[in-house]
Amino acid sequence: MTPVGSVDDGTSVTRDGALPDVTYDVTVVGAGVVGCAVARELAARPGLRVALVDASNDVGDGTSKANTAILHTGFDAVPGSLEARLVREGSRLLAAYAADSGIPVEPVGALLVAWDEEQLDALPTLLAKAERNGYDAARIIGPEEVRSREPHLGPGALGALDVPGESVICPWMTVLAYATQAVRAGVDLHLNCRVNTVDAFDGDVRVLGTGRGALRTRWLVNAAGLHADAVDRLLGHDDFTVTPRRGQLIVFDKLARDLVRHILLPVPTALGKGVLVAPTVYGNVLLGPTAEDLDDKSATGSTAEGIATLREKGRAILPELLDEEVTAVYAGLRAATEHDDYRISADPGRRCVTVGGIRSTGLTASLAIAAYVTALLDDAGAGLPEAGDLPPVRMPNLGEAFPRPYQRADLIAADPAYGTVVCHCERVTRGEIRDALAATVPPGSLEGLRRRTRARGGRCQGFHCGAVVRELFERGAELGDR
Amino acid sequence: MVDVLVVGAGPAGLAAAAVLAALGAGEVEVLDREPRAGGTPRHCHHGGFGPLGLEGPGFAERWVRTAERSGAALRTGVTVTDWAGPLTLDTTSPHGLERITARAVVLATGARERPRAARLVPGTRPAGVLTTGELLRAVHVHRQHVGTRAVVVGAESVGFAALDALRLAGVDVAALVTEHPRHQTSPARALDARLRRGVPLLTGATVADILGRGRVSGVRLTHRDGRTAHVPCDTVVFTGDFVPEHELARRGGLLLDPGTKGPATDGAFRTDRRGVFAVGNLLHAVEPARAVAREGAAAGAAVRRYLAEGDWPSASASVPLRVAAPLAWIAPNLVTPDEPLPYGGRFALRTAEFVGRAPLVITQDGRTLHHARLPRPPVPNRPFHIGGDWAARVRADGGPVRIAFG
Ligand SMILES: Cc1cc2nc3c(=O)[nH]c(=O)nc-3n(C[C@H](O)[C@H](O)[C@H](O)COP(=O)(O)OP(=O)(O)OC[C@H]3O[C@@H](n4cnc5c(N)ncnc54)[C@H](O)[C@@H]3O)c2cc1C
Ligand SMILES: Cc1cc2nc3c(=O)[nH]c(=O)nc-3n(C[C@H](O)[C@H](O)[C@H](O)COP(=O)(O)OP(=O)(O)OC[C@H]3O[C@@H](n4cnc5c(N)ncnc54)[C@H](O)[C@@H]3O)c2cc1C
Repeated sequence: MTPVGSVDDGTSVTRDGALPDVTYDVTVVGAGVVGCAVARELAARPGLRVALVDASNDVGDGTSKANTAILHTGFDAVPGSLEARLVREGSRLLAAYAADSGIPVEPVGALLVAWDEEQLDALPTLLAKAERNGYDAARIIGPEEVRSREPHLGPGALGALDVPGESVICPWMTVLAYATQAVRAGVDLHLNCRVNTVDAFDGDVRVLGTGRGALRTRWLVNAAGLHADAVDRLLGHDDFTVTPRRGQLIVFDKLARDLVRHILLPVPTALGKGVLVAPTVYGNVLLGPTAEDLDDKSATGSTAEGIATLREKGRAILPELLDEEVTAVYAGLRAATEHDDYRISADPGRRCVTVGGIRSTGLTASLAIAAYVTALLDDAGAGLPEAGDLPPVRMPNLGEAFPRPYQRADLIAADPAYGTVVCHCERVTRGEIRDALAATVPPGSLEGLRRRTRARGGRCQGFHCGAVVRELFERGAELGDR
Repeated sequence: MVDVLVVGAGPAGLAAAAVLAALGAGEVEVLDREPRAGGTPRHCHHGGFGPLGLEGPGFAERWVRTAERSGAALRTGVTVTDWAGPLTLDTTSPHGLERITARAVVLATGARERPRAARLVPGTRPAGVLTTGELLRAVHVHRQHVGTRAVVVGAESVGFAALDALRLAGVDVAALVTEHPRHQTSPARALDARLRRGVPLLTGATVADILGRGRVSGVRLTHRDGRTAHVPCDTVVFTGDFVPEHELARRGGLLLDPGTKGPATDGAFRTDRRGVFAVGNLLHAVEPARAVAREGAAAGAAVRRYLAEGDWPSASASVPLRVAAPLAWIAPNLVTPDEPLPYGGRFALRTAEFVGRAPLVITQDGRTLHHARLPRPPVPNRPFHIGGDWAARVRADGGPVRIAFG
């Protein structure tokens, strides 16, 4: 692990104060996984002035922080859709990018377990769909093989579709890697910067009214996730409405990790999608998500009913899981729209590209979406410079499948701070916390620090380390200087 | 290679190490992952740790000195990360990675409170939600700003310790909330909180929802009778509801007791792995620190005997103890018949509900081993104890021993 660079390298991440008095060529609104991927792609165009702005105090603080963290193959997408294509391409791109950047990925594979005749009957159709999506490694397996590959499974599994290509990934490091690379290549990242208004063009420039004042830009990419419809209306479009679909999830303790080997996906039927059980790269086990259509885009809370439903379904899939301690409960909102596909379109007249309806596959597809959006900008006449090479980035490892700093004699010998464990449940060292605080894109809150290091994110939720981690966070920059 | 490796320098580990070193057990090493030895009492700046109102830090200091004077080696900032063999452990510290083998290992890793998530409390995930453990460190060690108005969840003794810390930090307490029909601390303490501090105790109530974005803005409480109430606050402290820190025990594949969730042990603190002992709140979350230190000393003596004589019961020689609801657990939870050791005189138990003065009945295969009324009605979340005489009547070839209220 190479510590990420320091804030003094001329890069720009701002969280308060007026915005710089410059005119950006392109402004990306929304620093979720999609917006960060787009900014990174644009950063590879030398000479282009790019701003990435987000209403939140950190990157990846919306839906991108709260998903099921699966790097999909796209085997079950709607064949021929834009989503199917971008997921398929994105999956390959992100797997390669993750390997180069040190983002943890575990190719555990998925089993779609059939628990009744209806589900069993659906497997051949799913297999055919996978093949139509260009995925031909899937196959149907019988109950004995299911049982031998998942010995802790509850009784009643009739068979499964084996999809070996599905992986689990770290969603937080993915966003952070994109943002880091973008910022290092000169993108200005402005946080706490909600876009509230969009003025008419004055020449080829228009002014965005943000919570931090005026921002001048020639082109705009709307990657505002749940609020992409609202931003689109500011631009004068009315193409779609986002209906948040909540997914609640339960994270079980790491001591449960040995109970499950694959991502256990539900077989989608007429009765709904069901819930999955999946390992995480941090060594936990996830149970979820629910699917609840809401109208409140801020309803990221969990509910008693949601938790009870998940536990009931989880008990049938993996009975022993329910005896384990719960580390966290969270909810994410999918940006569902009235359309069945991604809504990505350019409007050359208004000089913008909208990236809407990136519902439940956006993490996987992010790099392909970015390439697609950039191509749309080019076609729309944005006159982007030729792409150059971005210097590679190496992110700190949060994954259990790869050596963590506390396990590395070489790192500790070079710097004893990597041997000073601060967060005991997650074994996060003082060295890692210091690096995160001094990184190119430092955290804006303790939650942001958790997503960068896992500090405070374990089974005790701060009983042991909460106060110390907060102390380190508050000393932030000072700590980084040393 | 050391003779005894003790994991955890809290009262249990320190007392065990002190006795072992004093009895000439050879090289006795105590490791703790915290920067200082002493365990949980280090952060408990309140009386109740000894006569004359001895406070936690003084109590911790005393045991650190006792262990050091006896000749035990204390090393702090060393995390025991995993097992590399039956009696070999891996560690990480600023000095690097180290693999340590011992003739006997004593696990004394303590306990923690269940945080909000583990209690499955729904709602948003704002800042301002903590446990007493975090609160005490925030207030006493780091002098951090905690908040302005708190709801405290749980009315066992530790909940009242949270009240003290909040008062010191200048935080108003809106209410103390317990799902039980009554508090579970001493009457004097509860009265003091209510009358002198004016903290209302809401019984039969649970937190149904945590509200707020960024920072807690309040909680929604539901009462057993269905009423709900919204209580504005910027801080929620979840207290009590302890679970053992059993990660190492589990990673080592030790047999756990289904009730305590700590390693299953017999009266000589022996786990199901030869040479591996366990002691303290890891076995029974939680008992008062003084009781834990006494237990540590007894464990030290048991380890010393093992080192001298090498006796270890075979797995089939120990009979498990099983409790029936509303009993939550008993510790120790294995009986090794013909065991020459006295059972430290007593067993610790916990009830999950108030049960009045029902008698406690202990049977094996339908045969009554013990039948007696408890001197005081047991209280949830509070230790109560029974003697160990009946253990001598347990048959090695019999089924599990059952413990229930009659
Ligand atoms: C429960 C669940 C499970 C999922 N599982 C998976 C999975 O396993 N694999 C997978 O690939 N995908 C998964 N997804 C989907 C994936 O998480 C999303 O597709 C992806 O995160 C969308 O990213 P985004 O950047 O479009 O949106 P977001 O992450 O929501 O980012 C949008 C950003 O825009 C900002 N913003 C909004 N309005 C404004 C404004 N006016 N001004 C400035 N900033 C603004 C917001 O603050 C936010 O940070 C899942 C989603 C959910 C909810
Ligand atoms: C909030 C709170 C308030 C309390 N108030 C009182 C009171 O007023 N009066 C009273 O009598 N008792 C009180 N207690 C109980 C008392 O603190 C405990 O009974 C006592 O500390 C238990 O001792 P122990 O040695 O079993 O565990 P602990 O004191 O918890 O010590 C365990 C030690 O093990 C270390 N450790 C754990 N895992 C590892 C590892 N993998 N590697 C290295 N080291 C490790 C830990 O760092 C810790 O120092 C309170 C407890 C709490 C949590």
